[in-house]
Amino acid sequence: MGSFEYLKITGLSYGFTYHDFVIEGVNLTIPKGRFMSIVGPSGSGKTTLLKLLCGIYEPWNGDIEYICNNDSDSIFYYPSIGYVPQIETIDWNFPVSVQEVIAMGSWKYKSYLPWIDKKLKNQIKDVLKILGLAGYEKRHIRALSGGEQQRVFLGRALIRNPDVLILDEPTTGLDYVSREKIFDILKNLNSNGMTVILTTHDITHIANRSPWVVCFNKYVIAEGPPQDVLKEDNLLKTYGLADYRPK
Amino acid sequence: MIDFLLPFQYEFFIKGILVSVLLGGICGLAGVYIILRGLSYVGHGLSHAAFGGAIVGNIVGMNYYIGAIIWSYLASFVIYEISRRNKIKPDAAIGLVTTAIFAFGVLLVSMTDRYTRNFESLLFGNILAITEQDLYVIVSVTILSAAFFFFLHKRLVFSFFDNESAKISGIKTSHIELLFSFVLATIIIVSMSSIGVTLLASVIVGPAISARMLSNNFSNVVFLSIIIGCVASFSGMYASFFLDSSSGPTIVMFITLAFGITALYALFKKIYHSHSHGSISHSHPHMHTDEHRHEHTHR
Repeated sequence: MGSFEYLKITGLSYGFTYHDFVIEGVNLTIPKGRFMSIVGPSGSGKTTLLKLLCGIYEPWNGDIEYICNNDSDSIFYYPSIGYVPQIETIDWNFPVSVQEVIAMGSWKYKSYLPWIDKKLKNQIKDVLKILGLAGYEKRHIRALSGGEQQRVFLGRALIRNPDVLILDEPTTGLDYVSREKIFDILKNLNSNGMTVILTTHDITHIANRSPWVVCFNKYVIAEGPPQDVLKEDNLLKTYGLADYRPK
Repeated sequence: MIDFLLPFQYEFFIKGILVSVLLGGICGLAGVYIILRGLSYVGHGLSHAAFGGAIVGNIVGMNYYIGAIIWSYLASFVIYEISRRNKIKPDAAIGLVTTAIFAFGVLLVSMTDRYTRNFESLLFGNILAITEQDLYVIVSVTILSAAFFFFLHKRLVFSFFDNESAKISGIKTSHIELLFSFVLATIIIVSMSSIGVTLLASVIVGPAISARMLSNNFSNVVFLSIIIGCVASFSGMYASFFLDSSSGPTIVMFITLAFGITALYALFKKIYHSHSHGSISHSHPHMHTDEHRHEHTHR
């Protein structure tokens, strides 16, 4: 079975309480290999959209389909997804090292043995090299800077070599250099064919680094290259300073 | 002169030592997963539920273990469902459900005179009164529970550390959590008649939090927690012979002592540890301030 050609989201709606949609009528087509940043204010439903894409939530309405070359493949195809959560949700006192966190991503490998074998240790070393964290295997996750912690969670997603990489606010709270490092790694992965979807508040950074931007606040307000999308009227609608209802 | 080997001349004592070490070890192992899941209160709560079940089982003429298992599995399931479906945290659900089930057991005791098993031994434990059947059950549960934690370690740690990511990567987190609570309930039931409903929480949580203070490495925490559980249980049991005290409370005192020692050790380690300023490596008591910047030799 081949890989997917594009991800098609049609009429997607979801909420947490009855009749109160957090996201509503979302239509998006995301070709394989796209680098896409979703921008919007807090509470706009960005994280909810990502969790729907990952399968954590079941849509109230609408479909998420991975379309393959061959239509019969599309029915059964579900890509491998690497998910990087917001690191604010992590319990930093949990007694795990960098190596153990990254190994979680490949838990299916010898899943009934509690230890990390030599082959997996070598794979983790390779991933840490890509992330610029060589030699960090034994460190406790709390003993890292914010940017390093973010890269460890990126490593956990990458060890599975996913088709689609989904990141929830990977640059929040990071300094300029750390943000640049994260984007450098993501661009490199994307140039090798990985689809990257992320959410962010950081408009200035994505204007320079992201080739495709979606302005989002409950609905898709605009999408396209940043120079076409990040315009005053779109941003006013996205940040709730101007009315917007989809047609 | 004291004959230190005297207790080992008694069969009941050897059986008691064996049971206390097995339970100390398995409670120490389970305790690590319990504190990391944020369920420190679960041992206390489920032991109360199992107590209610044991009484109900006894009254309706059922085996003590079967009554306790049905009741505490039911409590585990209700707690799991309440905290999964509502905005209630597991500790609040444990507080309500297990106390209600405990109260139901006590209510039945007050209404009937058919209760025959020693009420006090379940509340405070009597490790020396365990039967041959109890011993077989404890050995079997210890082996099966240890196998559960061994084979499902990766799934448990990922689920407890980052539940949503674990779910995305294909772990059936809800099944794992439910199975985990059933295993806990089983460990608690077999520990109840030896250690006692009122004392069990300490045996489950004490070794785990002591071990957590000594290491940041998961495997080390598990290993240390099992060792602390076994050593404190053995010491408590052994000391109870010479002190002529109840074994359960003596074991709990030794676990508390272990916690005190590790807490002091962790405090001293925090203020007096090896570090380096450039190429000079040394140790002295200090606080971490802007004026005292350094790289740590040992992380």
